[in-house]
Amino acid sequence: MLEIEIDGKQAQVPDGSTVMDAARQLGVYIPHFCYHKKLSIAANCRMCLVQIEKAPKPMPACATPVTNGMKVFTHSDLAVKAQKGVMEFLLINHPLDCPICDQGGECQLQDMSVGYGPMKSRYSEEKHVVFHKNVGPLISMEEMSRCIHCTRCVRFGQEIAGIMELGMANRNMHSEITTFLGRSVDSELSGNLIDLCPVGALTSKPFRYTARSWELQRRKSVSPHDSVGANLVVQVKHDNVMRVLPRENEAVNECWISDKERFSYQALNSDERLTRPMVKQGGEWREVDWNVALDYVAHGLKDVAREHGGDALAALAAQSCTVEELFLLNKIMRGLGSGNIDFRARQSDFSADGKRAGAPWLGLRLAEIQNLDAALVVGSFLRKDHPLIAQRLRQAAKKKTRVSLLSVTGDDQLIPLQQNVVVAPAQLAAALGAIVKAAAELKGVAAPAGLEAIMVDAASRAIAQSLVEGEKCAVFLGNVATQSAAATQLHALAQELARLTGATFGFLGEGANTVGAHVAGALPSGANARAMFEQPRKAYVLMGVEPEFDCANPQLALSALKQASLVVFMSAFKHAPALEYADVMLPIAPYTETSGTFVNTEGRIQSFNGVVKARGDARPAWKALRVLGNVLNLAGFAYETSEAVRDEALGQGNEFVAGLDNALNGVAIALPAAAEGLQRIADVPIHFADPLARRAPALQQTADAAAPSARLCEQTLSALGLTAGATVRVRQGQGEAVLPLKVDNAVPAGCLRVAAAHASTAGLGEMFGSISVERA
Amino acid sequence: MFAAQTLQKFAREVAKYPADQKQSAVMACLAHAQEEQGWLPTEAIEAVAGYLGMPPIAVWEVATFYNMYDLKPVGKYKITVCTNLPCALSGGYHAGEYLQQKLGIGYGETTPDGKFTLKEGECMGACGDAPVFIVNNRSMCSHMHPEQIDKLLEECK
Repeated sequence: MLEIEIDGKQAQVPDGSTVMDAARQLGVYIPHFCYHKKLSIAANCRMCLVQIEKAPKPMPACATPVTNGMKVFTHSDLAVKAQKGVMEFLLINHPLDCPICDQGGECQLQDMSVGYGPMKSRYSEEKHVVFHKNVGPLISMEEMSRCIHCTRCVRFGQEIAGIMELGMANRNMHSEITTFLGRSVDSELSGNLIDLCPVGALTSKPFRYTARSWELQRRKSVSPHDSVGANLVVQVKHDNVMRVLPRENEAVNECWISDKERFSYQALNSDERLTRPMVKQGGEWREVDWNVALDYVAHGLKDVAREHGGDALAALAAQSCTVEELFLLNKIMRGLGSGNIDFRARQSDFSADGKRAGAPWLGLRLAEIQNLDAALVVGSFLRKDHPLIAQRLRQAAKKKTRVSLLSVTGDDQLIPLQQNVVVAPAQLAAALGAIVKAAAELKGVAAPAGLEAIMVDAASRAIAQSLVEGEKCAVFLGNVATQSAAATQLHALAQELARLTGATFGFLGEGANTVGAHVAGALPSGANARAMFEQPRKAYVLMGVEPEFDCANPQLALSALKQASLVVFMSAFKHAPALEYADVMLPIAPYTETSGTFVNTEGRIQSFNGVVKARGDARPAWKALRVLGNVLNLAGFAYETSEAVRDEALGQGNEFVAGLDNALNGVAIALPAAAEGLQRIADVPIHFADPLARRAPALQQTADAAAPSARLCEQTLSALGLTAGATVRVRQGQGEAVLPLKVDNAVPAGCLRVAAAHASTAGLGEMFGSISVERA
Repeated sequence: MFAAQTLQKFAREVAKYPADQKQSAVMACLAHAQEEQGWLPTEAIEAVAGYLGMPPIAVWEVATFYNMYDLKPVGKYKITVCTNLPCALSGGYHAGEYLQQKLGIGYGETTPDGKFTLKEGECMGACGDAPVFIVNNRSMCSHMHPEQIDKLLEECK
């Protein structure tokens, strides 16, 4: 520990701290632009110059290491003079366009020029002009003359996003931030650049010129998009959501959010919003009042239950529904005598049901990821499915964590990987089995039964070695593993691997409230998400689900829905395909318009309030379900608030939910037989993954939202005798899709990568099943 | 993109550094690439980036930072005039102006016959010999007063 005195205040700081660290610890503010606590030190803005005793000249606080007994003065005449001098230089080339600048009112340069800037510029020569750039639909680089060359954006790309897309070209006064040859910035974390930019050079394109920062009210919320449950600040004007920013929470999202979380708000104001309850009568859709619609639903459900029994009813909810919504939906279904409720729409293997010891979760806290010695991620499109967990693993891998990936495509995760094993989806269990066997060999114990035929290769041994050697290790099962046809086997194998190596294991989690849905008990005692469509029911309740895009087998789901006599479609959006098969459409409020609770993948309970009034006649789903429960004359629907529902579902005042347990009992390891023929690999592209992202225009223009193509490696291409670039027809069962064929050597041999969750591929079947391809 | 000989030179440069620090060879590789191509088209920059496993923008930063890399085609003789302070005090500006007038082009331009390109350069570390020029990044010319300049242009035929 080192002693330091800043402005007369004493502090003790660890060795290696900088003056800026010490000042932050003491709560002393030192002006700065280029310094950011999550980024490396650049010391190029010079704004943080301070006086240090015995130093002959002012020193940058961000880059000066503390020495024992150091005395620092941040407001002495020397320091202030230096800071004012720097400020004057920074303002020489900065345009005086604050009145028309989007950053106005929340600009560090503006704030600091009030504190340190001169009243008047002594510089009367011409200012330097930097041309505008187009870097895609999310970030506006229209006024690059405003840039003060702090390089935060460059360092963010290199260090946090893992991909350097922006750089500083040229030299001295000609320096400018640019992409290579005007390419777009495609990182899934790129929106954070807007927050990082201390001036108005990088601003939000969708938000541009829509509001001034001082007109906005800031309200807290929680992201419904992925299992991290990023904390948000939603900024609101006149009951409209104007933009979404991260709310700092070191334990959850640090200070980042993904672009999906930042820009999906555009969908909230879209014309596709469902604003009135609608009922289909005689093939015609009519807008009705809520009481009419709920009466209709109640009668419909009751009639079906009376005539065909409760088993003829089924309910499917999205994993982005709140705990309250899932809890009440479950209660209604049980009240009607049906156990057919599920939320795992993309899952295809349910054989673990009834064998789990508790709710599956991450297995450790998110913040513990940085302390891991080794980690293995099994079956995941990591960067796109879990941008913020990928970011944490990226930082961890840079320090000490040996990260390995076992997955179905070789997509670049921008993480320094120790091992990257790519296998066909049907081989995933065998490949994990090889790692288990290798771990058993390293430990000198017998391999679990069922793995006798497995050969251990060098990569598996290296992965096992990293897990055996490390003190704190983790095995994570990603979305592909959860959605795989061998999900239970993968679960059992991961459990074995964790047992053998002493690692923890867990699930990255598919949705914002996957853990919450488990804890709220929205699990089937009857038909699960697959069975409810395989054996068609008479009536369905769909909450937040768009079956064409969200089901493991959309074909199967749609044919079941089309034959049903009653389909209740609860959604924030007037989903066009549902107009065909639904009978009632209930407008429910998205996360910004309802109170509710998400339980993230580490089990953290995060409640939030609505930030704006519900649009039109849309209502929070928990209220609609409560009223429906009452109309159905079911007992126990007297809730006054969503908090009352939450407390009944989760108990009171907990930070984390109880009942988290990944253990799986009574599953013998039996590896699935190898698949024959061409296999489909279906990713859920990041901006097609949920109803909000699908309707956000800016997100839909990004590279990540490009229309799906059929992708395969050169080897498979020549084996099939096809030509790259051709248009092909892919078939699964009765369904087909016509797509361009592209070569992508990251796809394993014998596989065809065709994304799910897009209109062009909604006619296809299983996400990881047989597929055929022919010239169109 | 590059000839086998140039790739060999790349390999030699890379071998000078630890295996995980290939990017240290970026300046040398860019120089070899320019030697082969005569200048640095963006394709060459991207190819060097690919060779060294660097993001293209990072190589672009280097190529745009240093004066000796030519991002546009240059003439047969590229004359770089030092216009930094010591040279400027000893007639560097005048030398530059004389050269411009003789060739009929400004800084950053090439004569229509494709023979000469004129560039402004930074200190070449020979301030005692001011004014200094450097021709084609290789040969230094000292004390470049008008008669010396005439001689130089005569030699570059």
